[in-house]
Amino acid sequence: MALERVPSDIRKEGGVARMSDPGLIDEIMAAVTIPVMAKARIGHFVEAQVLQALGVDYIDESEVLTPADEAFHIDKKPFEVPFVCGARELGEALRRISEGAAMIRSKGEAGTGNIVEAVRHIRAITAGIRELATLDEGGLAAKAQEYRVDVALVKSVAKEQKLPVVLFCAGGIATPADAALMMQLGAEGNFVGSGIFKASEDPKDQLKRAKAIVEATTHYTDAKLIAEVSRGLGAAMRGLTLEAIPAGERLAVRGW
Amino acid sequence: MIPGGESTTIGKLAAHYGIIEKLRERSAAGMPVWGTCGGAIFIARDVPLHPHPLAELMDLTVERNAFGRQVDSFEADLDVPALGARPFHAIFIRAPRIARVGPDVEVLATLDDGSIVAAKQGRLLATAFHPELTGDPRFHELFLGFGAG
Repeated sequence: MALERVPSDIRKEGGVARMSDPGLIDEIMAAVTIPVMAKARIGHFVEAQVLQALGVDYIDESEVLTPADEAFHIDKKPFEVPFVCGARELGEALRRISEGAAMIRSKGEAGTGNIVEAVRHIRAITAGIRELATLDEGGLAAKAQEYRVDVALVKSVAKEQKLPVVLFCAGGIATPADAALMMQLGAEGNFVGSGIFKASEDPKDQLKRAKAIVEATTHYTDAKLIAEVSRGLGAAMRGLTLEAIPAGERLAVRGW
Repeated sequence: MIPGGESTTIGKLAAHYGIIEKLRERSAAGMPVWGTCGGAIFIARDVPLHPHPLAELMDLTVERNAFGRQVDSFEADLDVPALGARPFHAIFIRAPRIARVGPDVEVLATLDDGSIVAAKQGRLLATAFHPELTGDPRFHELFLGFGAG
């Protein structure tokens, strides 16, 4: 992820958070051979056009940045580059998929090091998927109306019992056990930023924690391995309780 | 079968868990191995500037991201004589290309510009594209034809 500041710093510093400087994104793309993702503001389709022109591999239409449009997310279908979007529950996920999102990530509450919102959101998404299996034709039509999406999409999720796109988890993962928790709850991968960079200022510690979180995500049912990689990591980021965040500063509520 | 994905990650984790050594032993003992896309990079003997360990099974030089980034991904109908007359519809995603093949390697398919995108060496198979994304089972059938190791 090409980002000027991790969510924890965006939260601390306040102000308007925008797409990163193209120069920084160029530098990151030149430095690595793996795919690079960059964030655009919700609804800011010109930031997305710019990111696509720069050649980034994926765009995250992210609530971590300050939204640019209070009514519309980016119409993602005309783009060549794939998008990932955040969601708190199934309806939000399906609306983003209808707009052309190629990946979904449960939102959590970015930059807090607190897993509670991530758990709430992944549980809401998976419970929503399970609920669809219990509904008859009329019930599915009513759900499609409630979710404001095409009934064909709702029916396909009801039948397949999974989203038609990959489901990641983000927002508050700070330890290897957090990462494995999200995988056991149904995520297919994790996004971690502040949890790695805010636990310690020392790049050696950051690298160790990043590796441990990757291993725990890969082998998320192997408790012995998770114990092994968690040993001696030191304190995780201090983090924030949800009650400590004023309602107006919650990031997850951005998006509609 | 080594699926597509990101070869830096595949190589790092495979080395970390000791899978590379085991894979080399089993392959040398005759186990068929097929690498698609990132998997083709993983089984190639030579990948210029690859920063992390690879299995190095097949006598190929493979160039990563040879057609560009994610947005340069494409689809093409390939002429694959080993699979019969009907073209094979192939999906290339941030795909590699085979830049050189060793003397024991049989080229199975090339693009119009001459890029090699499928090759076979004994019980080893490499494809630069994703045969699992289209309904056409012919590459899978070819691989099954290699027999058990």
